[in-house]
Amino acid sequence: MDIFTQQLVNGLVLGSIYALVALGYTMVYGILELINFAHGEVTMIGAMVALSVIGVLAGVAPDLPGVLVVLGGILVAIPACMLLAFGIEKIAYRPLRKAPRLAPLITAIGVSIILQNLAMLIWGRQYVSFPEILPTTKFEFLGAHISLLQIAIVVLALTIMAGLWLLVEKTRLGRAMRATAQSREVAELMGVNVDRVISATFIIGAAIAVIAGVMVSAYYGLAHYYMGFMLGLKAFSAAVLGGIGNIAGAMLGGLLLGVIEALGAGYIGDITGGFLGSHYQDVFAFFVLIGVLVFRPSGLLGERVANRA
Amino acid sequence: MQSNKKNYVVAGLLALLAAGCGKQQESGDQIVKIGSVAPLTGPQTHIGKDNENGARLAVDEINAKGLQLGGKKVKLELLGEDDQAEPKTATIVAQKLVDAGVVAVIGHLNSGTSIPASKIYHDAGIPQISPSATAVAYTAQGYNTAYRVMANDAQQGKALGQYAVGKMGAKKIAIVDDRTAYGQGLADEFEKAAKAAGGAVVAREFTNDKATDFSAILTSIKGKTPDLIFFGGMDPQGGPMAKQMKSLGLTAKLLGGDGLQNVNFVKLAGTDAEGVVASSPGLPIDSMPGGPDFRKRFEAKYGVIQVYAPYAYDAVYALVEAMKRADSAEPARVLAELPKTDIQGVSGPVKFDAKGDTTGGAVTLYQVKGGAWQVLETVK
Amino acid sequence: MNRALDGLRKRPRLTAILLAILLAALPFMMGFGLGNSWVRVLDFVLLYVLLAIGLNIVVGYAGLLDLGYIAFYALGAYLYAWLASPHFGLHLPFWLVLPIGAMLAGLFGVLLGAPTLRLRGDYLAIVTLGFGEIIRIFMNNLNAPFNLTNGPQGMNLIDPVSIAGFSFGKPLHVFGMTFPPTYFYYYLFLAFTLLAIFVALRLQDSRIGRAWAAIREDEIAAAAMGINTRNMKLLAFAMGATFGGLAGGLFAAFQGFISPESFNLWESILVLCMIVLGGMGNIPGVILGAVLLTAIPEALRYLGDFQRATLGHVAVDPADLRMLLFGVALVAMMLFRPAGLLPSRQRKREFAAEDGVAEQEQASLYDARA
Repeated sequence: MDIFTQQLVNGLVLGSIYALVALGYTMVYGILELINFAHGEVTMIGAMVALSVIGVLAGVAPDLPGVLVVLGGILVAIPACMLLAFGIEKIAYRPLRKAPRLAPLITAIGVSIILQNLAMLIWGRQYVSFPEILPTTKFEFLGAHISLLQIAIVVLALTIMAGLWLLVEKTRLGRAMRATAQSREVAELMGVNVDRVISATFIIGAAIAVIAGVMVSAYYGLAHYYMGFMLGLKAFSAAVLGGIGNIAGAMLGGLLLGVIEALGAGYIGDITGGFLGSHYQDVFAFFVLIGVLVFRPSGLLGERVANRA
Repeated sequence: MQSNKKNYVVAGLLALLAAGCGKQQESGDQIVKIGSVAPLTGPQTHIGKDNENGARLAVDEINAKGLQLGGKKVKLELLGEDDQAEPKTATIVAQKLVDAGVVAVIGHLNSGTSIPASKIYHDAGIPQISPSATAVAYTAQGYNTAYRVMANDAQQGKALGQYAVGKMGAKKIAIVDDRTAYGQGLADEFEKAAKAAGGAVVAREFTNDKATDFSAILTSIKGKTPDLIFFGGMDPQGGPMAKQMKSLGLTAKLLGGDGLQNVNFVKLAGTDAEGVVASSPGLPIDSMPGGPDFRKRFEAKYGVIQVYAPYAYDAVYALVEAMKRADSAEPARVLAELPKTDIQGVSGPVKFDAKGDTTGGAVTLYQVKGGAWQVLETVK
Repeated sequence: MNRALDGLRKRPRLTAILLAILLAALPFMMGFGLGNSWVRVLDFVLLYVLLAIGLNIVVGYAGLLDLGYIAFYALGAYLYAWLASPHFGLHLPFWLVLPIGAMLAGLFGVLLGAPTLRLRGDYLAIVTLGFGEIIRIFMNNLNAPFNLTNGPQGMNLIDPVSIAGFSFGKPLHVFGMTFPPTYFYYYLFLAFTLLAIFVALRLQDSRIGRAWAAIREDEIAAAAMGINTRNMKLLAFAMGATFGGLAGGLFAAFQGFISPESFNLWESILVLCMIVLGGMGNIPGVILGAVLLTAIPEALRYLGDFQRATLGHVAVDPADLRMLLFGVALVAMMLFRPAGLLPSRQRKREFAAEDGVAEQEQASLYDARA
């Protein structure tokens, strides 16, 4: 039983991170119907910038509490990544809004490659370690070990998602976003500045990505120029699983994917007598994804938009 | 580095001659070309350069002393090539070297590149001595051209398995590997040796070489209460794994191969690196018979030794000694002499078995104490 | 220069003869001019052309975005290794193994296609990507409980192609010269590539090709016109996969060693980039894309050698630079030449943006009136 609780905790923490990154994909897709492949890389750049700042801060002011140092890193990285995401949208996606769908997807892959390689030139190919400045307090709960950091990650992720939901549902900007998502042309006719709404979407997504990126590097103790790729892929899968374009769906998909991975890696090996073990962890995730899409082509919570393509 | 520029001039001159195997005579000394292949770009640049420098140091020393083959004065030329640690590129540069008429190749650095390249060297009939490829498969292809001067994964895995059960007192063992050729090969050999020594393998889990989250497999392992976890893989995974073991409350010891035995592992695992044991093939440089002296000569020219430079250096000497015995640089005659190699290298005695593996391969175990790797002991 | 080109265009037979001579002589020109390693590069160029033509059927003709294409390449390669290596002790001849590999890949193409028929573009992309990863992960892990693929160690000592007792595995010594196997493989690959080009060109102008184009442009309209969209889509997947499997078999025989790391996601993306860069749906464009993206990285290697020779060390890692330039090229292409370097006529029209087309039509209307 304690093993099961622990696996659930593992899955929920991983899932919260997936969900946060998935939000960025889902918001952009909801409005532009574009897979912003570079979003994973924005997450990575956020983590890298924050880590550089954290390294400097921890060196200059060693007495500062760790939480404040990390906060400092995040506060520098957020505007940097907002600017980055704004630039990406303006340069690489905006001119292609009327082009066939494959075109912006290819630029997205291109931007992703550029960001990865720039990061490699700036921060090197080595894994960068996260300084051990955060408290490592641990709790025991139903036999599972839970650290303060893990609780913080889940709580923060839920808070951000709730905040984003409020933003989309209750504010003027949110209404403009929803209108743009439904029909760009009509929204424009109603006086919505579509360009500004789209920029805002990218900027908000980037800010969330930074927080997710710092969470990942703090949790695992490292950052790397390649980290955004796999993370982005998993998060995108999570968004698709939940129903892309849907904020609650991203959250559900993320958590679900995290738990599936943890339980899959933890139990399937024992159930199948070692035939299918943890080496098929990613396969379980993809199988679930394919299964869901085959029976519900627009994801778990997605609306039926089958004819929009 | 001036010799590098000279390489181009000489290579240019020689390109005018038909591709042969060093039989052509120049007006002065006879030139014998030896290839050196390692990744000179990409993440392993520093290790690759280290290999090339090790070989270059040996070549320069031999040239300075003067080498006579078949009654003629011979000058060695080292052609350095970059395989980017990529199998496809490895075959392309291997072909390039064969075209350039090298009589032997020191390399490649990785197993994944040494194996596909070995086919090309074998087809061309020229000897290949790898300073650092450790996969068993490299010498198991039945090629009479493939040699190595470092203990292979089987030798290292065996030493680790015996050490885990015999010295660390492990009874219940969990094994994790990263599903790369290196990690899986080492883990399999470890498993065999640990079982043979009387240990019980209670869990076999897997991850990949890009993963950062191991909590699921570690939790599953925890349920089986092992007293030792062996990880076949590299430091970017080993570091976070050591951390996650601690945060999940696992008390089992962590043991790894040469993929963990580096500074970066200690950096990534932080304080959780304390007590981790890992092995490395060969002797620590200062325990090598010619180690301290080699270090002095190497550092005077190229700076700090990374890892495998002494092995690349020994590989060149093993090759040249075979040439001397054959009294020729002709590949076929050198190949006939290579199995009889018995020299005292800086890394220890160099001797080959029938497959081309080194027989004197030592494995050294290290432990992290006070934030740095300390030598535990060397097993032969 | 232009006049010469025009002249060639008017004399297709002369062009064909010149082209044939050029293609036949190419490995010797490369081999003696730049070294035999360039003949090996040439072989890889042909393999990628083959792959790109296959993927072009799926993406360029039928408009189905496939991000897991390399899985079929892997299947072809592994099947070749199973049937012609010491692994199972089987040593079947290549003319038997290659078609089986191509058919197996084609079968998997249908298996992948069937459940994804209902999916829209982006969902399809992610599912195919998942499929590619699933195949790679299975190849990487199926060394236990029974050793099917030898896992991450890869499969070694794969038989070289052998025709009528003449083995491609050994270099040939004639007239005091030595020709490494890369020369023989060049002609073999060239034959298959020409065959693939022929098939792809014929398909394009066939009933099937037009059906694919219709599906690409508007699936609902295509269905309404009486096209069996299900069968046509499956056929596209199967055809594309067949070419992939064929290329994989050739790769295994050529390289003699295959391991799962040769079949990762980036390879899929690379092949996709080739056809996008060259000009999707247009065979000459696709070929150009494959040639450029395979040869340029090799040429960039000299950048490293050049730096070492002049500066004594590598200041900017050409491998790093290569990927960076690659990314910049992708973005720039899409922004400035979105239809590719050599776009197909039809696509050029599409990409000229609705406004442009409308304007032109307007203009011609005014012309007519005036």
